[in-house]
Amino acid sequence: MARTLPTLLIGLLVVAAGIVLAQLRVNPYLYFAGYVILQYVVIATAWNILGGYGGYVNFGTPAFFALGAYTAVVLIQWIRAPLPVLLLAGGLVSALLGLGIGYLTLRLRGVFFSIATLALSIVLQTMIMNWDYVGGSRGLSVLRPSGPPFGNYVVFLFTVMVALAVGAVTVARFIERSWIGRGLSALRDNEEAAECMGVPTLRLKLFATTVSGFLLGVAGAPFPYYVTFVEPNSAFAIDYAVNALAMPMIGGTTSWIGPVIGAVLLGSAQQLATVTISSEMNLFIVGVVLVAFVVLAPEGILGLVRRLRGR
Amino acid sequence: MFSWDLLANAVVAGLLLGGFYAAVSLGISLIFGLLDIANIAQPAFVILGAYGAYVMNSAYGLDPILTGVLFTPLFYLVGAAVYRIYYAAFERRGDEALRGLVFFFGVLFIIEVSLSLKFGVDYRLVQAGYIGKSIDLGGGVGVAFRYLVPCVVGVMMTTALYLFLGRTFYGRAIMAVSQDQGALRLMGADPVQIKTIAFGIGIAAASVAGALLISIAPVIPSTDRDYIGRMFAITVLGGMGSIGGTLVAAVILGVVESLMSTFFGPSWSLAVSFGILLAALAVRPAGLFGR
Repeated sequence: MARTLPTLLIGLLVVAAGIVLAQLRVNPYLYFAGYVILQYVVIATAWNILGGYGGYVNFGTPAFFALGAYTAVVLIQWIRAPLPVLLLAGGLVSALLGLGIGYLTLRLRGVFFSIATLALSIVLQTMIMNWDYVGGSRGLSVLRPSGPPFGNYVVFLFTVMVALAVGAVTVARFIERSWIGRGLSALRDNEEAAECMGVPTLRLKLFATTVSGFLLGVAGAPFPYYVTFVEPNSAFAIDYAVNALAMPMIGGTTSWIGPVIGAVLLGSAQQLATVTISSEMNLFIVGVVLVAFVVLAPEGILGLVRRLRGR
Repeated sequence: MFSWDLLANAVVAGLLLGGFYAAVSLGISLIFGLLDIANIAQPAFVILGAYGAYVMNSAYGLDPILTGVLFTPLFYLVGAAVYRIYYAAFERRGDEALRGLVFFFGVLFIIEVSLSLKFGVDYRLVQAGYIGKSIDLGGGVGVAFRYLVPCVVGVMMTTALYLFLGRTFYGRAIMAVSQDQGALRLMGADPVQIKTIAFGIGIAAASVAGALLISIAPVIPSTDRDYIGRMFAITVLGGMGSIGGTLVAAVILGVVESLMSTFFGPSWSLAVSFGILLAALAVRPAGLFGR
């Protein structure tokens, strides 16, 4: 626990840096792009808790993200709830979904679990598309609350996302270094053997799916205020599923820093490509980079660095 | 009042749909059921086959199903190449579970995005003499040719694969590789070569299946996602690699989906395959015809 205090300090420093950055009033687009990259830091970190540590590949990231976003939409529509309430509620509802998915792992392993999460995403999208209160398939405009605490609203959301990213990474780091992380990697390597050795596999899996779901929901909750127009195709975009997978794979799945590296690199590259080429093209690049890394550098950038150091 | 016409029509449509679903699922039955390779990119190859049929049909007026058959050698080669990469990168290292799955998801995504880069996200369809015609079976029950033809082709494909696996040398070798690789190696056959052939055939089947798909309904690049659940549900329900079981399971799924969409609305038909997959895994993981 000797390293907890420095970590906490570094986390606070990053948040402080984010707030200072928010005061600088550089090109507003940078905040806009920065928000997306930080959002991917949260998403990739959340995915990695289940996928990287536990070895359960979740293709249903869009379902959790969109559930967080739509929970926020409902609360905005209903009582115009403040942002902290949206974050908490979005996280909790997605955590519940995560818990449900966790019970699925009793029966579904490997590819079946992954297909179930993908199907979940499709079924949930169908339900949202038929629900008029949240705009159905046409979508819904969301008014931002007037007068953010500081700066303009995008700058404010950017700062919130900095804090969320730091929070998510801290949670992941804590899990990785505790007995929970060791238990999860034991069940990733061999679930039967772990169970026989007395690792409480079900409890660990439920914990991982719930925490992962919570963080994905939290990442989605500010989304309505960020885009101000929510529609199912953008909230459930398959981009989230691919990026959530690609970023940890590129960075390295065994450590908390891997998803962060992957999210910052791939996220920035995508923002650049969207501006300079086209948004379809940047998805193509993500796909190619993902396959290239999985085939050529299965341990990600962290593995490459480790190999270089080893020599 | 309950409408018997509606029920009869739904059952007939479901039976026909089942034959088509069998065609779509044969490839995954071979690749996942027999070789145990979790190729979730299979539906993307089916959509690729559909676009192949679309291009040849709109440019040269070629019959879609004929195009699908003509493209099979090309798809076979692509499939063989994909398997070689998969083998070298994952199977040989014994690292196929997590990263192999991610690899195939990446392939699925690349195919989907490439198609939307090339063709956009508009619905594409094909023209052929039989599309739009139907015959009346009497009693208010009709059969549309655009369902009948894919069903017949699907049943033919199933029969052909069944005979190939049971009667030919390479077919038997594929069955053998799914049972005991080590024993096959001792008999002097190379499991990797046999698996390459099987994987190639599975992808080649996707070419024809795609042509059938676009004959039935218009296609967009993201149609593949609707078929992932169906394919795996059929393979599991049919009993992992049982070709006859695949046909039976496909017909069951077709009829249940058709009944659901007739009586509860089409948006529920996607939930059916998911439900069947869960139920099959919970009650009888070996499937209906499992060994």
